[in-house]
Amino acid sequence: MSTRKHVVSVTVRDEPGVLVRIAGLFARRGFNIESLSVAQTETPGLSRTTFVVSGDTATIEQVQKQLQKLIDVIKVVDHTETKFVDRELMLIKVAVRQPEDRVEIRQIAQDFRARIVDVDRRALTFEVTGDEGKMSAFIEQMREFGIIETIRTGRVALPRSAGAPAVRPVRAPKVA
Amino acid sequence: MNGAEVLLHALERQGVEIVFGHPGGAIMPVYDALYDSKIRHVLVRHEQAGAHAADAFYRASGRPGVVFATSGPGATNLVTGLATAMMDSSAVVAITGNVPTALIGTDAFQEADVYGITGPITKHNYLVKNLADLPRVVAEAFHIASTGRPGPVLIDVPKDVQMAAFEGTEADFDVTIDLPGYRPTVKGHAGQIRKATEAIRAAERPILMVGGGGQVAAEEVMAFAERTNLPVITTLMGIGAYPAGAPQALGMPGMHGTVTANRAITHCDLIVGAGLRFDDRVTGKISRFAPNAKVVHIDIDPAEISKLVRAHVPVVGDLRDVLPRLGDQLDRLAIDDWWATLNDWKGRYPERYATEKPLVSQEVIELLREATGGDCVVTTEVGQHQMFAARLFPTSKPRTWITSGGLGTMGFGLPAAIGAAFARPGETVVCVAGDGSIQMNIQELATIAKNRLPIVIAIANNGVLGMVRQWQELFHAQRYSEIFLADSNPDFAKLAEAYGIEGHNVHDRETARRLVPEVLARGGPALINFVVYEAEKVYPMVPSGAGVDEMLIGDQEPDPVPDAPEPAGAKA
Repeated sequence: MSTRKHVVSVTVRDEPGVLVRIAGLFARRGFNIESLSVAQTETPGLSRTTFVVSGDTATIEQVQKQLQKLIDVIKVVDHTETKFVDRELMLIKVAVRQPEDRVEIRQIAQDFRARIVDVDRRALTFEVTGDEGKMSAFIEQMREFGIIETIRTGRVALPRSAGAPAVRPVRAPKVA
Repeated sequence: MNGAEVLLHALERQGVEIVFGHPGGAIMPVYDALYDSKIRHVLVRHEQAGAHAADAFYRASGRPGVVFATSGPGATNLVTGLATAMMDSSAVVAITGNVPTALIGTDAFQEADVYGITGPITKHNYLVKNLADLPRVVAEAFHIASTGRPGPVLIDVPKDVQMAAFEGTEADFDVTIDLPGYRPTVKGHAGQIRKATEAIRAAERPILMVGGGGQVAAEEVMAFAERTNLPVITTLMGIGAYPAGAPQALGMPGMHGTVTANRAITHCDLIVGAGLRFDDRVTGKISRFAPNAKVVHIDIDPAEISKLVRAHVPVVGDLRDVLPRLGDQLDRLAIDDWWATLNDWKGRYPERYATEKPLVSQEVIELLREATGGDCVVTTEVGQHQMFAARLFPTSKPRTWITSGGLGTMGFGLPAAIGAAFARPGETVVCVAGDGSIQMNIQELATIAKNRLPIVIAIANNGVLGMVRQWQELFHAQRYSEIFLADSNPDFAKLAEAYGIEGHNVHDRETARRLVPEVLARGGPALINFVVYEAEKVYPMVPSGAGVDEMLIGDQEPDPVPDAPEPAGAKA
């Protein structure tokens, strides 16, 4: 069976240790997470974890079923099966070794619609948002100038179209 | 009310009458409250035994078993018991004390990250930091443990929470369960049931395989089997869910299954799997498992379906719902040819073993069955004796066969006998053990003696770790590494007597024949140590990694049976 990347989002109750439960499940069942991000949702008491996992259909099915078994997990959606938008945010610090580089770097950044978030005599730091292809392309372009450091959030995703939320609104658990 | 009293009150509200446990520093407020409580506490001598007893209490009664332990070492001692309960889907609620919340995370005395440690081996767990949450948490814990696919739930309660003053009222104990992430599917999907019906009707050589899930649905399994005339295989966990002696029973499948069951799997064209998870000890090498069969898999846990064996027709639901609905759409199947083949195999491969040698485990176990008529609760330890008991001493009623199947926990059987004895008062419990396993929780002889429990412990004592020896003989060139026990085993009869329990050492066949009915008539507590032949092996055996069609039949005649008629289009 063919292995491919799946973007899966998991809506969970905000309980202490819920991320540990998810991460532990991945580790002990031998599933590989390529990236993972967590944030609160529009509903108080609920968080959404988005992760990218690669595997064949059977593996991904097991991932979803095992996640669904966790009591704190409310909904699991594999976006790969639907139309979705996904974005990632990267901060990248690029070396400015000679003054003329600065102009060229800024020109390329503009083409990528990357924002400058920090300026230094010997470095420029950019914020880049987009899909994985854009991230890789930007990194490639910057390589010749010298990349000092990068950090990426991992992908987040939502299905397209207004009428189909990834998560049906559920009653938020009472917060004690 | 303080937190400890809240806890006990919440347990009473769940109908808890008995708990197993061992006190310690961080759970002292609970034990103090217990002093005035209606709840009966059974003091075990090791927390692991408490967890196994609670596990067996559930398995024998269907009511969740409860175990108490203190923080740190008390709680870590529960780990094996919780993992055992998790693997065998047993409803256990474990309550652990913890150090006061202010000390959590400081490496305090007897502190361990019990919440973290037990996460992977429980269905769910809680660390209760606010007393106000406790009534809800207890109600949720029992709900989660006992519904859907049962499993253990742990509640960790810091000592200051146990001592805090409860500001709520009785109304706080009327908990409405609100778990949006936990809604087990009980009712089978009508469309899937229809597909399953069609698959069963179309089959020429179908079998029904019943696992541990069948323990809650024995009546439904029986009715379904009778109506359809399906051959019935019961896994190690399914023993008792369908009577072993019934004409349609083919016995146990898998590594030490019967020739008939394994051959039926290999040649069938349809498996109806009911409440089982196709464990590797059942399937052997997956690619050789039931190569010609379609699979209808009925289970309450969707994650088990197509996890190992691909299901052509998945049905998620409770057997008590699905089997009757499936049966309603079916009549007696016309599978006489298949039955003729199966009965031929059954006739050729009865259980057999040599008795011209010294006393062997198998005949000891048969003596136990004859003396009880199979009308008792059987618990086992883990090893050769367990497999012999599964084949020669399977019980006929649900919830009466109690063994550690998934985790294979040596040390399970003796404390399990304690839990079963409390769960089924008035019934005799026979604990079948080996001389290796029995020593892993032997301190529980004290608990048995103290409570004068009707437990008869039968040790098939071959002086070695028999199953390990068997593997070493067959697959490790007779390099017997670290298996010899005989030179340092205790005198088991004297040991029992030291605890105040009747004890016997038996070396010969005649004494065994005389003594077993006598002791069982008295009903225990008693321990009989049978010194048996060291080199006896469990056959048939499917070597690890082999297919179930590649079983070693051992002392039995070489396999002369031609293969069953090949179905059209089947793999060679």
